[in-house]
Order: sequence, then structure tokens, then C-alpha cells
Amino acid sequence: MSELPDDLHYTEEHEYVKPTDEPGTVIVGITDYAQGELGDVVYVDLPDVGTKCAQMDVFGTIEAVKAVSDLFCPLAGEVVEINTSLDGDPALVNKDPYGEGWMIKLQIQSPDALTQLLTAADYAQHIGE
Amino acid sequence: MVMSEGTTNLAGADDFVTRHIGPRPADVEHMLEVLDYPSLDALIDAAVPQEIRLDRPLELPAAGTEYDTLRAIRDIASRNRVFRSYLGMGYADCIVPPVIQRNVLENPGWYTAYTPYQAEIAQGRLEALLAFQTAVSQLTGLAVANASLLDEATAAAEAMAFSVAVVKKRPKTPVFLVDHQCHPQTIAVVQTRGACRGITIEVGDPHGFTFGPDVVGALVQYPSTEGKLEDFRSLCDRAHDSGAIVTAAADLLALALVVPPGDWGADVAVGNTQRFGVPLGYGGPHAAFFATSEQYRRHLPGRIIGVTQDAAGRPALRMALQTREQHIRREKATSNICTAQVLLAVMAGMYCVYHGPERIQRIAERVHRLTVGLAAALHRLGYEIAHDAFFDTITVVTDAKRAAAVHEAATAQQVNLRPTSSTRIGITLDETTSVEDVETLVGIFAGDRSAGTSVAQLADQTPSAIPADFARTTSYLTHDCFALYHSETEMMRYLKRLENRDLSLTSAMIPLGSCTMKLNAAAEMEPVSWPEFGAVHPFAPREQTAGYAQLLEELGSYLEEITGFHAISFQPNAGAQGEFTGLLVIRAFQQAHGEGHRNVCLIPTSAHGTNPASAVMAGLTVVTVKTDARGNVDMNDFRAKVEAHRDALSALMITYPSTHGVFETTIREICDLVHANGGQVYMDGANMNALVGICRPGDIGTDVCHLNLHKTFSIPHGGGGPGMGPIGVAQHLTPFLPDHPVVPLNIEQSCGTVASAPWGSPSILPISWSYIRMMGPEGLTQATKIAILNANYVARRLVGHYDLVYSGRDGLIAHECIIDTRPFKTSAGVDVTDIATRLMDYGFHAPTVSFPVAGTMMVEPTESESKRELDRFCDAMIAIREEIREIEEGRTDPEDNLLHNAPHTLEDLLTDEWNRPYSRERAAFPTAATRAHKVWPAVGRANAAYGDRHLICTCPPMEAYELAAHGVE
Repeated sequence: MSELPDDLHYTEEHEYVKPTDEPGTVIVGITDYAQGELGDVVYVDLPDVGTKCAQMDVFGTIEAVKAVSDLFCPLAGEVVEINTSLDGDPALVNKDPYGEGWMIKLQIQSPDALTQLLTAADYAQHIGE
Repeated sequence: MVMSEGTTNLAGADDFVTRHIGPRPADVEHMLEVLDYPSLDALIDAAVPQEIRLDRPLELPAAGTEYDTLRAIRDIASRNRVFRSYLGMGYADCIVPPVIQRNVLENPGWYTAYTPYQAEIAQGRLEALLAFQTAVSQLTGLAVANASLLDEATAAAEAMAFSVAVVKKRPKTPVFLVDHQCHPQTIAVVQTRGACRGITIEVGDPHGFTFGPDVVGALVQYPSTEGKLEDFRSLCDRAHDSGAIVTAAADLLALALVVPPGDWGADVAVGNTQRFGVPLGYGGPHAAFFATSEQYRRHLPGRIIGVTQDAAGRPALRMALQTREQHIRREKATSNICTAQVLLAVMAGMYCVYHGPERIQRIAERVHRLTVGLAAALHRLGYEIAHDAFFDTITVVTDAKRAAAVHEAATAQQVNLRPTSSTRIGITLDETTSVEDVETLVGIFAGDRSAGTSVAQLADQTPSAIPADFARTTSYLTHDCFALYHSETEMMRYLKRLENRDLSLTSAMIPLGSCTMKLNAAAEMEPVSWPEFGAVHPFAPREQTAGYAQLLEELGSYLEEITGFHAISFQPNAGAQGEFTGLLVIRAFQQAHGEGHRNVCLIPTSAHGTNPASAVMAGLTVVTVKTDARGNVDMNDFRAKVEAHRDALSALMITYPSTHGVFETTIREICDLVHANGGQVYMDGANMNALVGICRPGDIGTDVCHLNLHKTFSIPHGGGGPGMGPIGVAQHLTPFLPDHPVVPLNIEQSCGTVASAPWGSPSILPISWSYIRMMGPEGLTQATKIAILNANYVARRLVGHYDLVYSGRDGLIAHECIIDTRPFKTSAGVDVTDIATRLMDYGFHAPTVSFPVAGTMMVEPTESESKRELDRFCDAMIAIREEIREIEEGRTDPEDNLLHNAPHTLEDLLTDEWNRPYSRERAAFPTAATRAHKVWPAVGRANAAYGDRHLICTCPPMEAYELAAHGVE
């Protein structure tokens, strides 16, 4: 069983959205389940700060040894910060997907949109856990 | 003994067919008994659907012996007239160091290996390729280089796609600027590739280039095709200021003396390494290179060798960043390059190792001195030399009348000069050029005049034609490997040491599914080394190449008969390039018929990853078709997709028999449906080894098919290339085949140019010609039948121990089978890599891993493997199954076991302390055969993640190896 914190929001494409203390700013990464399926992550290609994404736009790619996957923007918004540590240590995504392995901070257009996303229970059902 | 009259068979006594085919007649009987079929034909009737069978024997010349066939090809070779060629254009004659010719080019230990996916038993050629990458990187002045591409022109086209991918701007219609002084074939290939990608190619004078908002990159030739050394520093500044990048198509030997592209601002360098010890071969095969700066390393096309660690922390080499390749990215891949030119890259890399920096510099300086001497002599004769700054190529400007006289005089002296235009004559000197050769050249231009002084004197007294600001000041070939092996004894031992680290067909079968690792017979290989094939310049006048013309004509007609097609194009250099070319031909046909809007390409999900990548390169939109539980095209989904895209349907790409090794019975219906809806059928011929003589692609309704001559027709894999991917086409597509700008092939409505040379890599075509001639029609058909028998025999022996993923009618397969190793992940924590690496301990190369089904293995034994070898392999697979059972049943440690710790190196086993829960003996000698002989894995399990996270793709300092040997990290 993978770790699925209750206080996060999820997508069917295995991204999570974590609200922050700053209103309208959320943290995006991939779920523990997703990192487990991908295996050893070797590279994460992230967008430049300032990039504007529509919902479901590809904002980056994640490469593991034997697989590569697009990263989809869970909500429309603007990238306000990226996790530069992943450049030197992409394995953080495997070690701590919800913490040090985060990917981007997103200034979202409508905070209400969070409710469109899956709950931990919905997501657990989606991945069959 | 008295010989009775009339009983002596006067045909050659030593037939080749029984040399090529592994199982002896008694073995065949036994194998058929195991499979429970009364005869080989009964098995084939059951395995191959009746409706696709060819109902007559192939019409080909009868089988010849090796001796007779070698005589026949010798006759063909003698019809080529080898002139001294000074034609240049990216090709220059060179001296293949005999130590490399004998130990690499002519050595099955090197040429029969496969692409180094199984890193632990491929450290030798991985090390050789790392030397190649290091040499390219240092000579070009760019941080990273790949392990070769097919040729300079396709490398330049890759650079164009690379430019689109790496620049920040995203213009709707990208523009790529091309120096009009690039080699003509490079311009042609870039134009062909750009057109279908929606990239506008603007050819012109680079000093007039304008870097507008849509320009993603520029390509320049350095030195130019006319030999001029041009300063591109300000061009790079202008490009960079606009957010575009610059690619230099460079001459590697020139870079020994001139400022390398990386130092004057180029972002990418591409080129040919042929003149580093690889024969001209009338066009190939040669290794092209591609180098770029650190910031773009993740976008490098093709295969890259990287440094990582093994399980014990020792340095180990492996192919890095495989996620960029099409088998992972499929239609999102930016390149379809798959097979490269490993054998030729090894030769070029070893040329650098053997010569080292001083000798390479001396070679370059000598060529330059002679060129300077030649230019001075011609100047004294009153000729105008077009450019003052040059390396090894000059262009003489004269009037048309005199130019014609010069060419005539040259021909009389068996010399080829480049007719750059009616008034310009190009001369490129090379490593083989002697002072006497230059005197001859001067004589050709002099007519009855005299230059007044000797070339040697002029070469000595005239100042260099490399201006001071072009002179290279940085070092190259600085790694120890370029300093240690300069005596032949040391070099011979180095090459043998590397060879002995690798598993090739000289040690064991390589049962790679979809790869057809059959015999590459010595008799087939022999002509490759003959100068009549090797020393011919690709653009030599056709009246000198009657031998090659005959070879191409005859081999073409054999392949037409075998495939049932109307014409063959030899231009594509590998299977993936054949795919791309075939799709271009289809598109050109549709455009000519007012159907240019058709842009959908249907591809089954089971297809090889190059299929979707090639389709995207050809400007098509990929729509995938599902496959059913048996690995066949899901007919319902197929019909629905055809229906949905009927107005836009351009092509279907289908592999037959399927990538799952099954003869689909619906193939005719599939082809009919595509045709009925305005599309064409492209057949991927990767599995042609299951068809030769029993089924012809042209007869079952397909329109185009590529042939991997390096699979079915005995050209060796070379450790990852060369390849040859000619295409066969039906009659209606013939007017659209590729053409060539330098050697016109007179194709009416050609789809363009897809390779540097008009016929791809002709010097390896004698291999396929000889194979077909020695096998004859019955032998070729017998080979197919035995390939199917061998595969079914292996499948039958393994069933019960393993599950097969797919099979066709009566549980039979075609020429390969997929073993399901996925269940062991749950039952024993064992994955397919554990089994693949454990096979190394048994002395085997693993079957194809994770293609076409992730987590499984695909076995293709080919007809060349004897029953004894098949049994040895099956015994190993069955023994490994028992080792897995020990884990499943808790009889051994779930972590610390034979599979997880595989492969076991000598160093692992010969430690004083052994504290694993199994014996050393079981680890190293699991079967009796392994005691007699096996290739020892040179390193333990290579850590893939470490290598991809810490990408190093040039030789690490020697100390890294020494420290590791002492256990220091």
C-alpha cells in the first residue's frame, strides 16, 4: 500500500495538489503510488518560473530508468516556484514524494477549483487500493 | 576402393546450406517427434496460414558452394575500377590500420555481437564506444557526444529536429537555415526531412542569414564543401542573440588543426568519421557523429554510452538515458534512430587509440602540407584557387573548356576530380595521398607546361593555408586510452582484452527476439575487405562501378523475387530509416494523386517503437490500434479506427508475422480494408526470417516493406550496426523512390533523399548477395522452416516451466516466442532483469527483454543454432526456473540469492570471505557446459539509475578504475 495523505487533492494522472498557507498557492508533485510505479527517477524536467498552464497542460516530464511520463498541470495557474533540488537529486521524488520531492508551486486562478480534484479515498479507489 | 561409373556427383561437394543451418537431419526428426508432427512440412502447414502461402518455389539461382560463390563475387568485384578519387564531399580515403582491420573488422568476436543492452557482458565494446565518444567530444570541443549515427546527412537532419526541440521559441512554422556550401547530399536530406516535418529550409550564404523570430537554427559546413575555412563566430553570436542555435557539419581530421566548432560558438557538431580508418565502401557503412554542449545533453539523438557503477561500486559502462529512445517514447520520440554504426564507430575510436594525438596531428599536418603544395603548384601554373584558407580541399577556378580538358586528362590517369561546376574543379587530398600522387595531379593540370619546381619543395616552403586565428590551440585525445596502445603488440592485446569481455556469437547463441542473430558466414564476410569494394568513392563515376551496378541489380532482383515487389531502393541505412522512407514514398504517391491531405497512420500497439517515431517524422498523425489477448490486431477496434479515419487514412504500419511472433490469419482482410479506404499498407519486415520462401509481402496485399538485411540476410549486427534497411515497393509506388543529388537515379517523382549515399552502405551488400547465392531457393526456404521449427522446439521445451504469452493456431508460433516472467515478481520477487543477468552466469545472452510486452522475454533462436545449443539454452532456462522455485518455496533467502546477485564476476567469487547462502560453485558453474567455457561478466549488475542520475559519457580518468580496483570509492 502506498501512502495517501488525507489532506491532499489528487488527479487521475497521479499528481497531487497540496494547499499552502499562502492563499491561492498550491504545491504540485506526483503521488507515492506513481513514484513506485515509475521506479528510480533519474530526471525531472520542470518549467520556467512564470510559465502559465491551463488545466491538464503538460508542465514537464519525469524520467525513470525504464519509463518516461508527462506531468499534467492539475489546475490552471502560473508557476511561481520550482523545486531546483530535483536537478541535483531527482531521487527525492522516490524518497519523499509529498515532502522534499515536490515539483512546482502554482498560483491557481480559482481556489474553488480544488474541489474538482479527487479526494484521497477517490484516488485510492482509482488505483485499486 | 573402386568407384563405379556414373555415381560421382560432379557438383561442388561442400554445400553451404548444411553449414548455415544448425540442426542435422536426425535432430530435425527428433525435434519433430517432440512437437508431434510427422514432417517439417506438416509443421509448417499447421503453423503458417494456408491462404498466405507462396505456392511455388522461389525463382532464384541454384545454391552455390562457398568456393564457387567467392569466385563469382570476385568476378563482380573485378568489374569495379578503383581510380584515385579526390572527390571529397565528406568522404576521404584513409589507411585502415591492419591491426584494426584484422582484429575488429574481420573478427566475428566484434562483428557478431548485438547492441550492448546487456551491459555486463558488453563492457568491451562499451569501452571502445566510450573512447569514440571521448574522441569526438574532444575533437569537436563539445562536452557530450553520442555513440554514432548512420551518416553525416541524417546526422545533420537530426540536428535540425534537435534545434526545433531545444530552443525556447516555438514558432508555428520553424525555419532552419542551411549554408549553401554544405555538401549537396546533406542539403538534400535536410530538405527532405524538413519538408515532412513542416520545417522551412532556407539555403543560402551564411553571412547573409537573418535570424528572424521563426528561425530555430542554422547549419554550416566547416570547412565548406569547396574546402574554404570560414569564420562563423559572428554568425553564432547573431544566432544566439535571437534564441537560435548553430550546427557545424565538420571534418574530424581538419579539427586536429583548426579551432573546433565548440570553441567558436557552435552548439552542435555533426559529421562523418569515415576517414578515421574506415574504408570508403562506395558510400558506407561509416559512423557519423553528433556532439553538443552540456546543457542539451538530454536531447542527444541515438545511443549514448555512460559511466555508472556495478553492484559492488566498481565503474561499469552502460547505455545511458534509454528513456529518450523510441521504444519508450514512441510517437513522442524526437528521432527514430535505432540501429547505429557501432562496428564502424569502434574502428574509428580505435584509430584514435592506436594513433594517439601526436600521430593524428601528424596525419592531418601531412595532408595539409600536400594540399598547400598542390595549391602552390597549380597557382604557378596560372590557375586560380578559389579560397585562400583551407585544410585539405581546394577548388580550382578555370574556364569550361580547360576544366573539361583537365577532367579528361584525369580520367586518362585513372584519377577522379570533383566537377563542382563546369568551371570549378574540387580536389580533396587524404591520408593515402603521396607526393607522387600530387605530382600526378599537377601533371594533369599542367598539360605540356611545368610548375617549375617539385611539389615536395612547394609543400615545404609555402606557408600554411590555415590562418593564425583558425589554428587550434587546445589539446585533444587527452585520455590515457589514447596514449597507452601505440605499439602493435599493445594494441592487439587491448583489442583482444576488450573483445574477451563481450559475449558474441563466437561464444553462445544470442536468442534475441526480433533481432535474428543468425550465422554471418566467413565466406559472406570476405569480400567486404576487398579493395575493389572498399576503396570506391561513393560518387565515383558510374562507368567505373560496373561491379557494384551488377551487385545492386542482382541483389535487387533477388529481393524483388523474395518479397514479391516490383522494385527495391537500397538507400535507407537501417530498418527505421526504411520505415521512414516507405512512408515518404506512400505520401509522395498520395500527393501525386491529389490525396495529399491523407495524414493518419494506423499502428497496432504491439508495434516496435520505431514505427510511431518514423510516422511522426514523416509528418503523419499516429492512431493506435489495439491488440487482442493473443497478440493479434483487434479486428473490431481496427475496423472502427479505419471507419473513423477513412477520409484521412494514409497508411497502416503492420509487422508480419506480428511482433508477438504469430502469423495472423486476418492479414489479407486487414490489407483489403485499408486499400478500400484509400490507404496504403506498410509492412515492417523485421520478422522476414519467418517468411522467406513461404510467403511474400507483395502477395498478401502490402504495398511497401523494408528488409533488415542485418537480420534476415546475414549482414552481422556489428554490436549495434551497421544495418541496411532497403525497401521493396509495389509497382504503383516505384516512381516515388528516393533519388540522389550527386548521383542521379532518374526517379520521376521522387520522395526526396534519405541518406548521404545513393545506395546506403553498398560495401556490405556482398554479404546478402553471397548468402542468397549460397543458399539458393530451396536452402532459403529450408532456413525459414528450420527457424520456425527451432522456435517451436524451444517453446515446447519451456512450456510447463514457463507460460507463453501468445501463440497462434494449435499452440504454434512463428519464428519466436514470448516467455512470461511477470508472475515471478509476486511469487519470488524476481523480475525479468534478474533472469536476464542470471543467464549470463550460465554463459548466455538474454533473449529480448520487455519487448513487445513489458516484463517478459522474447526468444528467437534462428535456423543457425544446432539442437545441442538450443538444448543447452533450454536447460539453462529450466534450471533458472528451479532457482526461482527455491525462492518461491522459501528454501533460500528472498533477497540474498542467485538471481538477485547475478551476474557473478570472478572477482565476486574469488574473495577470501564468502558469506552468501549458496555456494560459489552454484553461482559460477550451474551447468557442466559452463565449466568448459563461458564468457565471464566483466562487472556485476550495472546500476542503471546511478548512471542516468550522474551522466558521464566521456572516459573517466584512469585513476577511477585503479582506485576501484583497490576498493576505494
